[in-house]
Amino acid sequence: MNVLLFGTCLVDTFFPEAGEATVRLLRRFGAEPVFPKGQTCCGQPAFNAGFDAAARAAAEHFLWEFDGNMPIVTPSGSCAAMVKHHYPQLFRDDPKRLAKAKRAGERIYELTQFLVHVAKAHEAGLRGKGTVTYHASCHLTRTLGVREEPMTLLSSLKGATFLPMPDAARCCGFGGTFMAKLPEISIALADEKAASIEATGADTVTGCDSGCLMNIADAVRRRGMKVRVAHIAQLLAEGL
Amino acid sequence: MTHEQTSLAFRENSVRALKDSALRAAMKQAADTFGTKRADAFAPVADLEGLRDRASAIREEVLANLPMYVDRFAAAANRAGAVVHRANDAATAREIIRKILADRGARLIVKGKSMVSEEVDLNSHLEAAGMEVVETDLGEYIIQMEGETPSHIIVPAIHKNRRQVGKLFADRLGVPYSDDPQVLTKIARTALREKFLSADAGISGANFAAADTGSLVLFTNEGNGRMVTTVPPLHVAILSIEKMLPSLADLPAFIRLLPRSATGQPITSYVSVVTGPRKTGDATGAKELHIVLLDNGRTEILAGESRDILKCIRCGACMNVCPVYRTVGGHSYGWTYPGPMGLILTTLLTGMAKSHPLVDASTVCGACVEVCPVRVPLVDLILQLRRRKVREGFSDPATMRGMALFGKAAASPALFALGQRLAAAFWPVIRALGGKDVAGRMPAPAKTPLRRRLP
Ligand code: SF4
Repeated sequence: MNVLLFGTCLVDTFFPEAGEATVRLLRRFGAEPVFPKGQTCCGQPAFNAGFDAAARAAAEHFLWEFDGNMPIVTPSGSCAAMVKHHYPQLFRDDPKRLAKAKRAGERIYELTQFLVHVAKAHEAGLRGKGTVTYHASCHLTRTLGVREEPMTLLSSLKGATFLPMPDAARCCGFGGTFMAKLPEISIALADEKAASIEATGADTVTGCDSGCLMNIADAVRRRGMKVRVAHIAQLLAEGL
Repeated sequence: MTHEQTSLAFRENSVRALKDSALRAAMKQAADTFGTKRADAFAPVADLEGLRDRASAIREEVLANLPMYVDRFAAAANRAGAVVHRANDAATAREIIRKILADRGARLIVKGKSMVSEEVDLNSHLEAAGMEVVETDLGEYIIQMEGETPSHIIVPAIHKNRRQVGKLFADRLGVPYSDDPQVLTKIARTALREKFLSADAGISGANFAAADTGSLVLFTNEGNGRMVTTVPPLHVAILSIEKMLPSLADLPAFIRLLPRSATGQPITSYVSVVTGPRKTGDATGAKELHIVLLDNGRTEILAGESRDILKCIRCGACMNVCPVYRTVGGHSYGWTYPGPMGLILTTLLTGMAKSHPLVDASTVCGACVEVCPVRVPLVDLILQLRRRKVREGFSDPATMRGMALFGKAAASPALFALGQRLAAAFWPVIRALGGKDVAGRMPAPAKTPLRRRLP
């Protein structure tokens, strides 16, 4: 099966290793990723900041790049949520693009969604090591409704122990442009998240969104904690 | 206690709050407690989602026909013997109430908790007219003594710990210091009892108003609401027009939802239903009842794209779970209503020019939407206001330029790739310019981005 890989602007620019890990995982489970070379960003930063024209420009471009019938897979819950739930809002007065947006929404999968529901990766005996805790990022959990899939995968890792985090679904303070607009509050929230991570005693924290993980990594670094922060794709790919 | 709006200084306010360790500890502890109690209280409720759907549909019905329900309520309340006043704005409401009280020579007034009275800044107006106004809700009593405004719509003194309250009481009331909540409650009760018995009038708000019977419905925990509305000879109630319920028969759904959402209680200690003044043969009740229905911009909100905020039943659940509210507290928002519902309502009621920083005071994490008992689409409303802020030109020029550039780059792969290369090349400069609080929290861009690593 061929799938279109949406790397997301953050993974593409800052965390290409997470993108490469996504490719390895998909291949291992029989999906051949095709990376549309002209892809950029889903438009989420502009949409969340109220800049609809810029968000629409990005969305239109996305729909053009990811046109077709293949499933779209992305290592980001918030970008998948953007396409699935917010594109139809952006194009509600534009019937032609609205139809296209809805089709893209039906075709898009956040990585763990694809791995559990399509590839059945959790039944394949992936390996891991050490202790792992998981941050449930907001849009993945509440907008996309992906709650169990990442934990299903993490608990299936042979050799690793999954340790649930207190208030795992509380916002880490990233919030896209929130991080830049109200940095003091953002940092305070990330610190609270870091404390929750510390409370689990896990040696690794993971999640499905690079933005949140970036914010968390900064808090962990600032507090001098010895916790590894890794995207779930990287963690899972290590056990292949 | 006057309400100087400081919403424009949200960031400065929040930075100050972040440094106040007592406030942060009190907020965190209270919000956590309410959050846990809320979850426990809803655990035994069968078909909670169905109940939320029903409550949401009732509120939707009210909004769809608001003028009709307000008229119906006014007529029914009139028939029951109440005098109904309509106030288009805050100044009119204040003046109507001052006049009612002054005409009857009222000097001492006891008050129940009412956020609408905070919205119109009633107390300072009455005090300026020479009246003594005493808040009787324990939380309100505390903040009135402190000269502050409520920092939560249900728990006005949520930002204070019991040691601060103990010290305040010892200083102001001359009682021995204690930080035992029971002792403190008893002290307040004793001080207030005297006021209740000698008050010339009572002022209350209302949680709901039943349009079919003209009844006011008040949820209280301390019994002070009952005292305020029945002990003094004159009762003045002030409420905003959207508090309507089509019928008293709609009340049970809200009795099940509101206290559970607010404080995690299955029901409040007192649910008072006030229908008209005391009638011959009644054992209790005010002899005279005046009801002030406040519009103050609601009709305009109702006609606009943000009307759904008027579904809100003021339970406060959205604030308790909001990561921003629980970190910086209610006063940071700079006006009467804080948290997710508050930043929306404040912006709509006081205007974008006075409140635009508030629309950014959310991570749009959606925790509020998850708990709202009447399904107010808070995140959608916040995003809508952000769009309006941009449209109305309240975004700063740098953001405007940045977003225009973003739109171009997102639509052009060549420009996007160029941006990536430039970012990587100039990262040290960007980091220095972006400062430690923003760019300093991000890693450097990868030397080879994903697009150049894949075939
Ligand atoms: S918006 Fe919803 S959760 Fe928030 S106070 Fe209103 S009813 Fe309660």
